[in-house]
Amino acid sequence: MVSRTRQKMIPSMTSFSERNNKVLDKKTGWSGDRFFKFLAAVLAFSVIVILVLMIVELTEGSLPVLNKFGINFVTGVDWNPVEGRESFGILPYILGTLITSSIALIVGVPISLGIAIFLAEMAPSVVKTPLSFIIELLAAVPSVIYGLWGIFVFRFWVRDFVEKPVSTYLGFIPIFQGTPFGLDILTAGIILAIMIIPTVSSVSREVLVAVPNSQKEAAYSIGATKWEAIRIGVLSYARSGLAGAAILGLGRAVGETMAVTMVIGNAVGAAALPTSFFRGGQTMASLIANEFNEANPVSLHPSALIGVGLVLFIFALAINVFAQILIWRIVRVRRGAAE
Amino acid sequence: MTSYMIRKFKDKLAFILSFLCVLVAIIPLGSILMEVVKNGAPALSIQFLTSPPGAVGEAEGGIASSIQGTLILIGLTSLIGVPLGLMSGVYLAEFGDNVLGRSIRFFNDVLMQFPSIVVGIFVYMLMVLALGSFSTIAGAVALSIIMLPIVARTTEESIKLVPNSTREAAMALGIRRWRTIISIVLNSARSGIVTGTLLSIARIAGETAPLIMTILGSQWFFAGLKAPMDALPLRVWRLALLPYDYAHQQGWGAALILIIIVLTLNVGVRFATRGRYTGR
Repeated sequence: MVSRTRQKMIPSMTSFSERNNKVLDKKTGWSGDRFFKFLAAVLAFSVIVILVLMIVELTEGSLPVLNKFGINFVTGVDWNPVEGRESFGILPYILGTLITSSIALIVGVPISLGIAIFLAEMAPSVVKTPLSFIIELLAAVPSVIYGLWGIFVFRFWVRDFVEKPVSTYLGFIPIFQGTPFGLDILTAGIILAIMIIPTVSSVSREVLVAVPNSQKEAAYSIGATKWEAIRIGVLSYARSGLAGAAILGLGRAVGETMAVTMVIGNAVGAAALPTSFFRGGQTMASLIANEFNEANPVSLHPSALIGVGLVLFIFALAINVFAQILIWRIVRVRRGAAE
Repeated sequence: MTSYMIRKFKDKLAFILSFLCVLVAIIPLGSILMEVVKNGAPALSIQFLTSPPGAVGEAEGGIASSIQGTLILIGLTSLIGVPLGLMSGVYLAEFGDNVLGRSIRFFNDVLMQFPSIVVGIFVYMLMVLALGSFSTIAGAVALSIIMLPIVARTTEESIKLVPNSTREAAMALGIRRWRTIISIVLNSARSGIVTGTLLSIARIAGETAPLIMTILGSQWFFAGLKAPMDALPLRVWRLALLPYDYAHQQGWGAALILIIIVLTLNVGVRFATRGRYTGR
């Protein structure tokens, strides 16, 4: 950290050395340096190669099923891998993914925002580090262990404390119909909420910290309380970055596989259409995890599952690119200005 | 009540609510750790840790082959992922101030958040179909793709913390740029890079989804790079879905070993580098 402040204090030093490097690159372009730079560039480029190859391979793998079913693949609801009677429509799983992720966002984002505000603005500095470390540990717990905990522990919490009361008093509303069982869309959504908390809160916190102090100082100078200063000066300024953090959380929720697979109840076909919070469902990711090893390699089944992967890829790519753009606007711009 | 008191009250309320959010997030973590220890500890025995899984339905056998598989995967993945990630990070930090660097950095961030199951399908198409069987090496490649962006990012961040005066001193002594980077810059950034690498290992050790379609899982010990293999997270999943009580207990036992590996890496790293590195 010391070095960073020093760099900030003497900005001319940086530009001097960069200029120097450029001069050296040109004058003494010894092959060792060039080779090293080239090697590093090629290896770094592998990230882009991987993403491009992914698009190519996934498209190629799902062509058979896309050719046969066309647009029905994404709008159909039937799912039957039995040979001769094959039918693959993935609408229920797309909706299942969207609904569970929405639950995750509705439950997880306000909590994450609260955590970010507490850790960035409110917490005494003694507890800041240990608390943020504990929150980060939530991200360290493997997904499959969330699933194990979900099946044997958490599902009963949801069933007894949420689903039973709601179904007793509000059971007449269609979206709350079904037997409270604990292995359903609601449980999957809430587990996802827990799993996105570390991502969303740490990125939000980074965004909040990046807000210039003058924002808060201006609010204080007109007599704002701490909360008012945060609300007026910090939150409104950081809005787009916070939206980016939430969308990043959405990206995690959409792609999360194991925990969801273990608690969502794994319905297939029309039964998987998410009509009620208390019924079993299926997401794109959980469908792939459940059926991949059972698929007959010579049938259309693997191709259909790869097609699901392609749709998931498109979702994840769009969500992540959008989120990164929003976050970069705040965080990177400020970093760039400081350096 | 004056409006000032209302505003003070709102201020207090905001503090309490945001603190409650932190508590709400800690409850699941506490519960998970407690349950894993409570249910997993009784399953542990020498026999459980040293023998491969028994026949399905019989309460015998252990998770030795799964532990072995996870360790092999960690080793192989690091062998592929760390050099790649390290060099990417070096490029981004030292030469990355241009269009290519910026786009690589952007897509690196995108790949870092990518669904691991899609990576699994990708490697299935790329390697399992090409080689004709599920294999250990395919699993390692899939996990490397997950590890690469994490290592690249942390390497870049740590290298950027190395003061420019260090580079200039090396330059003044007439040391070549690549030598400077390898022997001096990377050396100064060592602790941050090691931290990032260990955290990425913790991350891939718990990955399950991409292993389903690459290493498949197996009842036996490691049988060569081109054969299927078992791994701890995969074993936890399979055991949890079996309809037997003994399987559930074994599942908790395997989860306990897995979480010990992952948390040791996480907590150990934080304590070892306390105060020196505080990146995301």
